Amino acid sequence: MANTFTKIASTTVGSGGASSVTFSSIPGTYTDLCLKYSIRNTSTNPTVIALINGSSSNFLRTYMVGSGSSVNSAVNDASNYIGYGSVSTDTTNTFANDELYISNYTGSAFKPFMADNVNENNATTAYAYLAGNLWSSTSAITSIDISMYGGNLAQYSTLTLYGIKNS
Amino acid sequence: MSDTPTKIVVDCSTGAVEEVALTAEEIAQREADAQAFAAKQHEEEVAAQAAADAKAALLAKLGITADEAKLLLA
Repeated sequence: MANTFTKIASTTVGSGGASSVTFSSIPGTYTDLCLKYSIRNTSTNPTVIALINGSSSNFLRTYMVGSGSSVNSAVNDASNYIGYGSVSTDTTNTFANDELYISNYTGSAFKPFMADNVNENNATTAYAYLAGNLWSSTSAITSIDISMYGGNLAQYSTLTLYGIKNS
Repeated sequence: MSDTPTKIVVDCSTGAVEEVALTAEEIAQREADAQAFAAKQHEEEVAAQAAADAKAALLAKLGITADEAKLLLA
């Protein structure tokens, strides 16, 4: 990892889980943002959902995903789904590894970002996902919210937000 | 014990981590997201079924099987 990465904040979900994790009041002092997270859903749906500045609107993604038995892809899908996490039926104590990289998050141009993830599961189904995304807003990004469809983020899910300067 | 879902809020300016109950608006948003997801999934299933139906109709019109069609395209 480049030495320009600076940890802004990190959190680990406690017992009982949490519906989402929000990083608020993100400082505008970096060039880019990188969110690395390891998550698992308490339900069986692997879909990860993002809100930026509290909004679920103006998202586009072009992605491809493999599940271990099938592949899928789409172009310019208007959705704030940003990847896949582990689910309650996956091997116990396994978590997905996910990442978002957002360039020029304070600028007035629309915000492209990439998303990728791999899941660990000692069974046939384990997702590998790669996407290019766009959040069509001229606002600076000041908050990012991560949740999983249909359930809570399980205990020990961990999310860390980094700021990158001069990258 | 309350059934109100909670979320974790990390204030990046102070480092403070707080677990707070979702507001009514946030719960409504969560439900709207769930409905949108279900609708999108249904739309994809309908589209996939329509494509499968069209393929089956074409094969029937041509009087060949799917395997025979693959042979033609190989």
